Amino acid sequence: MRFSKDHEWVEVDGGSGGDVVRIGVTAYAAEQLGDVVFVELPEVGKQVAAGDALAVVESVKAASDVYAPVSGEVLEVNTSLPDAPETVNAEPEKDGWFVKLKLADPAQLDDLMDRAGYEQFLGTL
Amino acid sequence: MPDPSQQATPLKTTPLTAAHRAAGARMVGFGGYEMAVQYADGVLKEHLWTRSHAGLFDVSHMGPAFLRLLRPTGDADADHAAIAAKLEPLVCGDLQGLKRGQVRYTLMLNARGGIVDDLMIGRPMWPDRQGQLYVVVNAGTKENDFALIGAAAGDEAELIRADDRALIAIQGPEAADVLGGILPSALDLTFMTHTRIDLDGVGLVVSCSGYTGEDGYEILVPAAEAEAFWERLLADARVKPIGLGARDSLRLEAGLPLYGHDLDETISPVEASLEFAISKRRLRAADFPGAIRAEAEMSGQLTRRRIGLKVLEGAPAREGAEIVSHIGAVIGQVTSGGFSPSLGAPIAMGYVPPAFADPGASLGVVVRGKRQAAVVAPMPFVPHRYRRKA
Repeated sequence: MRFSKDHEWVEVDGGSGGDVVRIGVTAYAAEQLGDVVFVELPEVGKQVAAGDALAVVESVKAASDVYAPVSGEVLEVNTSLPDAPETVNAEPEKDGWFVKLKLADPAQLDDLMDRAGYEQFLGTL
Repeated sequence: MPDPSQQATPLKTTPLTAAHRAAGARMVGFGGYEMAVQYADGVLKEHLWTRSHAGLFDVSHMGPAFLRLLRPTGDADADHAAIAAKLEPLVCGDLQGLKRGQVRYTLMLNARGGIVDDLMIGRPMWPDRQGQLYVVVNAGTKENDFALIGAAAGDEAELIRADDRALIAIQGPEAADVLGGILPSALDLTFMTHTRIDLDGVGLVVSCSGYTGEDGYEILVPAAEAEAFWERLLADARVKPIGLGARDSLRLEAGLPLYGHDLDETISPVEASLEFAISKRRLRAADFPGAIRAEAEMSGQLTRRRIGLKVLEGAPAREGAEIVSHIGAVIGQVTSGGFSPSLGAPIAMGYVPPAFADPGASLGVVVRGKRQAAVVAPMPFVPHRYRRKA
């Protein structure tokens, strides 16, 4: 699992040959967001560039963007999230994933932090 | 939200700021003060706790004050009439008619009939304190309000600010039981009455009122005693501290407007659906600022009206979202909106022309470019549960 400074995680999908990833928000992000009450997911087939808004999560108080940590095409979205947005808080780094993306450039993964690097980054916040 | 560390003027603290920090609250700048937006439980749980138990709020950023006759005659009713006459020219409410102990929600208006602030004004219960009014104004408007009230006081009355004290609200169905355990005489208060109560020699002003739609109290406490009083209430297992985040979602469900968002200096009481706050006597006499506008608006010359909206699908519609008619024409804007924890659905308030304002009317809201179905709903969205007279 790799991590962005915007608090998203990226994990390569096991059987995919290395170019399909799942993306979600980190446990830290979920805690900061508070109870998620609404999730807006992109359409399957959408092309996103690293840094683009990928999804929106809303708490009681505010809406926040989830950014694409890498570029690619949306292959699949987590269709259980809209009816159970609380999964983002309960299982942010597992069942609370947002989208599966086909990577445009797998080398972009190297720009992201590993867990130790991310935890070190959190310590600076 | 502005980063407090980036603001030019340092944020003011309340007598309870240190207690909030120690409790692990997330602090933000609000109305010039460093305030707790949420505690460890978060907005959703804090909101629901207040609806089912008792929530404790630090609202010391508000502007409590006393307006007092400098030379009372000792005739209680004459002294009340004299002090009411000082403040009435600024507001549309009936202050002359306040009974002892009564608190009234009213609106301070400008010459065009726009709302300068919404505020509470109370007449003291105790006979030896007549010729005085207890006033509580909003945080963001208090400097201007106090200047206007001070000018209106002239040289016969003085405004004594009390915003160095703590203002603590306890709200929810268990609030009366909790407070009654410490201040038994608070249980004699009914909704929209207040009195002074001494606790171990400390003078508190206790008002049965609030901003959540629940039964509850707002208590003015001297700064030195504030933390001990706050902790004493929190020691009761039915009480949890609640941040400004849940205060906002609670007042939204209760249909209560927020100044600076749902109300401003261009909006009139009738447009804001607050005509209940216009005194009939004052309207007949046309003796408040904007009385002629109010009269015209009440007889139908109205271009916009504050309404409640239930958003039937999609994301919460927040402040600034467009409101559209059933054919998609833009007819207004959301002035505050969010997710209602009690209803489990998004709700909003905003302004639309009167032709679209009837409950049940099918409208839409536009969120991030998408049109979502909404319906005009009567407010409050969640029924008020106030402590009325038996």
